[in-house]
Amino acid sequence: MQSNEETYNYGVVRQFAIMTVVWGVVGMLVGVIIAAQLLWPELNFDIAWLSYGRLRPLHTNAVIFAFGGCALFATSYYVVQRTSHARLFSDALAAFTFWGWQTVIVLAAITLPLGITSGKEYAELEWPIDILITLVWVAYAVVFFGTLYNRKIPHIYVANWFFGAFILTVALLHLVNSAAVPATFWKSYSAYAGAQDAMIQWWYGHNAVGFFLTAGFLGIMYYFIPKQANRPVYSYRLSVVHFWALVFTYMWAGPHHLHYTALPDWAQSLGMVFSLILLAPSWGGMINGIMTLSGAWHKLRDDPILKFLIVSLSFYGMSTFEGPMMSIKTVNALSHYTDWTVGHVHSGALGWVGLVSIGAIYFLIPKLFGRAEMWSVRLINTHFWIATVGIVLYIAAMWIAGVMQGLMWRAVGADGTLTYTFVESVKATYPFYAIRLLGGVLYFSGMLLMAYNVFKTVLDGKTFEARIPAPVHA
Amino acid sequence: MSQFTSGFWDVYIGLISIVSIVACALLLKMQSVRKPVESETSGHVWDEDIREYNNPLPRWWAWMFYITIFFSLGYLALYPGLGSYAGALGWTQVKQLEEENAHAQATYGPIYDRFAAQDIVTLSKNAEALAIGQKLFLNSCSQCHASDGGGSRGFPNLTDKDWLWGGAPEAIKATIADGRTGAMPPFGPVLGEQAVRDVAHYVMSLSGGAHDSIRAARGKEKYAQVCIACHGAEARGNQAIGAPNLTDKIWLHGAGEEAIAAQITKGRINQMPAHKEILSSAKIHLLTAYVYSLSNVPK
Repeated sequence: MQSNEETYNYGVVRQFAIMTVVWGVVGMLVGVIIAAQLLWPELNFDIAWLSYGRLRPLHTNAVIFAFGGCALFATSYYVVQRTSHARLFSDALAAFTFWGWQTVIVLAAITLPLGITSGKEYAELEWPIDILITLVWVAYAVVFFGTLYNRKIPHIYVANWFFGAFILTVALLHLVNSAAVPATFWKSYSAYAGAQDAMIQWWYGHNAVGFFLTAGFLGIMYYFIPKQANRPVYSYRLSVVHFWALVFTYMWAGPHHLHYTALPDWAQSLGMVFSLILLAPSWGGMINGIMTLSGAWHKLRDDPILKFLIVSLSFYGMSTFEGPMMSIKTVNALSHYTDWTVGHVHSGALGWVGLVSIGAIYFLIPKLFGRAEMWSVRLINTHFWIATVGIVLYIAAMWIAGVMQGLMWRAVGADGTLTYTFVESVKATYPFYAIRLLGGVLYFSGMLLMAYNVFKTVLDGKTFEARIPAPVHA
Repeated sequence: MSQFTSGFWDVYIGLISIVSIVACALLLKMQSVRKPVESETSGHVWDEDIREYNNPLPRWWAWMFYITIFFSLGYLALYPGLGSYAGALGWTQVKQLEEENAHAQATYGPIYDRFAAQDIVTLSKNAEALAIGQKLFLNSCSQCHASDGGGSRGFPNLTDKDWLWGGAPEAIKATIADGRTGAMPPFGPVLGEQAVRDVAHYVMSLSGGAHDSIRAARGKEKYAQVCIACHGAEARGNQAIGAPNLTDKIWLHGAGEEAIAAQITKGRINQMPAHKEILSSAKIHLLTAYVYSLSNVPK
């Protein structure tokens, strides 16, 4: 047996990679169920645990923190080791982050259907679970930055900047937003009140998007695209500028979730202008990823993993264009509270976060299990097309539904009365809920194909521990 | 919250905001000055084969970045955003609302003024008035009373002649404008379970429903001591306090022994919210005509 010093810790990466697929299937299944409930409300069977209000946070937590979280753990542990030429700082702490994070997920899956919630969107888990999250996150930071500290290459690779920013910022966001006064073991009250509570919540909420769902996944992009395409990253300089601009600007954008509310005008305006400024820094990442393929475009034709990675960037570019537009007050006056927002989120979630994670996991699984490639490359290709068609159906349906709702809600007749009642807008949305459900079912089916493909690959392979190569000096 | 009313914080936030935006522009400017050599890697190699070119920033991208920065500075000069600086245009969301309301008043006011002078019974036969009234009803009332005014459990049917608080035009108008709070006190602790059942049977007998006549006879005595105060000797209720008529077959909170016994035991507070803050008096006038028409004008 080789000593630990000579190999990478692939064990924890394997665990997180497998659980990414498992939680992906679970989280997306819940998504499909609640999408069906919007079409057929009877599907809650009059059971409180299955009601939309309880399953919806279960869906968001499962896909963001279970699926997305496991993908981030798996890839960041893999990338920080490979680009530092160093084994993880502590195997024991890394194992703690795995088992701790899985415990958090299971607790979420139990408490949310029971109706135990702090009522803060994307931060619904109650205070005892919040404390466990904090412990796991501190251990994560120690493992990640400890590994980085042990790196054999002086310059820190760009993917690690993004992973590092994601880990630090999520710690800050979680601690500030989850501050609460416990009343009982399963009930607490936010430390903030009124408009300030709302502001803290959306400062958290938007940066959960910005750092958990963007910076972290840009870290994935920056390793797996050049690696899979076997091309140098397009521009170091661009990565410097867009990294600093992105992490700095995101912090300000939260108030655009609270346009035309009790939040003071000045805070709304700042949220809006910084959201607009955010457009270029966001696109910097897309440009750097897509242009990395410059000179090797033909690889897109027959490499389905690269298809996942590059198309994820197209969706990233699309939703980071859409976001700033929706933050403009007059646009927001139409889009707010409609399904347009849901479409926007899912073009980012399914298109960007989902596809880039799936691509990275398809890259990782064979390497972690000592195989040259996945059990079936054709199945990856099938997955890609099913998922892409699913996303397009989903977001197109929600765009149309959202704009329609916004227009119906504001339509007035010659006498100044509202032309439509709310329920008429709900009725008009049904066809689009059906199309959205179809899109969701397609995306979910793709995930099932992936689970099968991963299962067969793992069955044929055996766990593989890679030796740490000597750094190359150019 | 004195820390948020001190003038210091306005300056502090305003300065930080401007410095932050300018810092974005400076970062961009600094990184655009030196011309990196195209297609030459930075010299670092990670994980055996990852290298980086050092291509210059794409021009169109840098310009897009500058444009958003300039737009933002312009926006913050015109609109509130820098601490307490109100912006050159003096825009606030409250002002926008007031202006839109004033515009709506000027545009639609005359339509409503035409109807304000007419009495409700006349309006209840005026198709144009009813069309507006129905729109108002669908958007403000149908959530509880149903689209056809038929009501549902706990929410009165407005299409019959049974009125809790009176069906005269002025009574309906008062209900809409000021709201109503109906309160039935809980009698469970006072009467005890058996007496509650007795009274329930008596109440069932009032509308000719199936009942236990021995229990009803005992209940009648209790009724005369307790319930009579509000529901009256003939049990026809009292519209002055919203006490319902118990002799008809209309059961707002459920028919049958269990529902009636529960109502007597626990009592109930039922509320119709006031709408005078939400709807103008001219609109309430039309809405009253529409509600009045539901039970008085044959369709």
